[in-house]
Amino acid sequence: MSVTDLRKVFEVPVREAGLAASIKSLVHREHRDVVAVEDVTFSIAPGEIVGFLGPNGAGKTTTLKMLSGLLHPSDGTARVLGHEPWKRERDYLRRMTLLMGNRNQLQWDLPALDSFELTRAIYRLPEAMFTAQRDELIELLELGPLVNKPVRNLSLGERMKAEIANSLLHRPEILFLDEPTLGLDVTMQRRIRAFLADYNRRYGASIMLTTHYMADVEALCERVIVIHHGSLLFDGPLSVLSQQFAGHKTLVVTLDEPADLSNYGEVIESSATRTTLRIARDQTASVTARLLSELPVRDLTVEDPPIDDVIELAFASVKPA
Amino acid sequence: MTEVATGVHESIDRESAVRSYVRLYATLARTSMMQGFQYRVGNYFYMIGMVAEPVVYLVVWSTIARQQGGDVGGYTPGTFAAYYIVWTLVRNMNIVFTPFGWEQRIREGELSGHLARPLHPIHYDLGSFAGWKVVVIVLWLPIAGILSLIFRPELSPTIAQIAVFGIAIWGAYLIRSLFLWMLGMVTIWTTRVSAIFEAYFAAELLLSGRLLPVSLMPEWAQTLAGYLPFESTFGFPITALVGPITSRELVIGLVRQFVWIAIGIAGVQLMWRRAIKAYTAVNG
Repeated sequence: MSVTDLRKVFEVPVREAGLAASIKSLVHREHRDVVAVEDVTFSIAPGEIVGFLGPNGAGKTTTLKMLSGLLHPSDGTARVLGHEPWKRERDYLRRMTLLMGNRNQLQWDLPALDSFELTRAIYRLPEAMFTAQRDELIELLELGPLVNKPVRNLSLGERMKAEIANSLLHRPEILFLDEPTLGLDVTMQRRIRAFLADYNRRYGASIMLTTHYMADVEALCERVIVIHHGSLLFDGPLSVLSQQFAGHKTLVVTLDEPADLSNYGEVIESSATRTTLRIARDQTASVTARLLSELPVRDLTVEDPPIDDVIELAFASVKPA
Repeated sequence: MTEVATGVHESIDRESAVRSYVRLYATLARTSMMQGFQYRVGNYFYMIGMVAEPVVYLVVWSTIARQQGGDVGGYTPGTFAAYYIVWTLVRNMNIVFTPFGWEQRIREGELSGHLARPLHPIHYDLGSFAGWKVVVIVLWLPIAGILSLIFRPELSPTIAQIAVFGIAIWGAYLIRSLFLWMLGMVTIWTTRVSAIFEAYFAAELLLSGRLLPVSLMPEWAQTLAGYLPFESTFGFPITALVGPITSRELVIGLVRQFVWIAIGIAGVQLMWRRAIKAYTAVNG
């Protein structure tokens, strides 16, 4: 998948509040352009899992919709599996899937198995291939007792697992996942993460994932793309993201006896003998050496800040235009 | 990509397109039937409510016919009864995915789900509503029986009339589906267009044969109806079965339906190409 200078501008109506503005809008409608995605460029190799991160309204879902053929871009180019997505060629649409955590493809009143049959007909899947894939997904997602119940009777997590199975029956080569773990409990999130990692390993499928749960990112993505106000902010390994946006590290020091460590760095947390310090990244080595030589240290760990904090720092580093 | 996945998509390619569409429509219809029969009580009450409209027309026109010495423009109380009882079936066949459904589809973001799949959504609507017709016809039969016992319709169609009626009700279904699809697509550009829909349905009510047989309308209205698709979706199928109608008029009626279907297909294709570029997927 390669994306070059992708841009999407929405024209939205503008109207002030009040009756007078309503009457005025009858004869004179005003619009303004809202840039949702601005000159975004990246590429994703076959089999790669990439986290696509950004705050609400950053342009993540719009980008995913362009790449899955739902939206026409205002400018730019993209090639996915050899296709221009927005041409909506059948061959492309049946080799990819778009799964939106807040949208359903399953028939609400019927058991998931009936929806699977419909998916088989829509994707023109041969009987043998469909049966094998369906049974495998039912087993991997532990859906056995659930697929005969009407979808409306399933819990949110069970429904999401059935949605995932339904969206993978045609064994897509590329998965666009928009918040697939949205609203699920921690156990279900873990199961879905494990399943996605397994699917990626088995079939070599590429996965582009948007999520607000950093646990999803840490478990699945070696690489992340961060987008903010429609523009690309970062593209690289998750570990480099910390280096680039978090100018500090966290030192957790346990001493034999209580001591004041405020001379060594910013104290974030302190108990009797255990203190957590925030240290400038470039001073980590020297501060660690000083601590070890000057104090009776029983234990010392150096950590990168939590990924949630790093992402927050990355977003904060860009001022809105 | 792995060899496994490539093999899968090659085997999909070997499927014949016609066979695939037949299976697709059969699956959509079956799915819709399963849903329809799940809510059979609700569907029945819906149909009973719908019968009120033609019964009112039937009572009014039968009364007028009796007061005018037995008929109005050749329609006796018996032929009016036949017209409006057949009306109930044609009306059910005419129920398609409406522009109001389109409004919801856009507002709730459901169209995005359709667009993410390798199927033009019109096939989904045509197949689903066709399946629902089977439920409707099963539920309609006892209602038609009761109406016949009460109003004593005069109906003696020829084999040709029955055959043309069988084709015409599906032609009507296609025409109405295509034209309401075009109307519904307007919601892609602007999400609140109920007023336009209401104007369309008012014109349809007057010029289709739904309110009264088109032959009873003034000359100018009949001429106007001839230039519009409405009569092909209502008046023609009913008259094809109830009469009076000549063999020539049966053939002309089918040809006109065919022309409207062709116009509808062309219109949907043309609008769809533009609509899909304008789609903003605001809520999904």
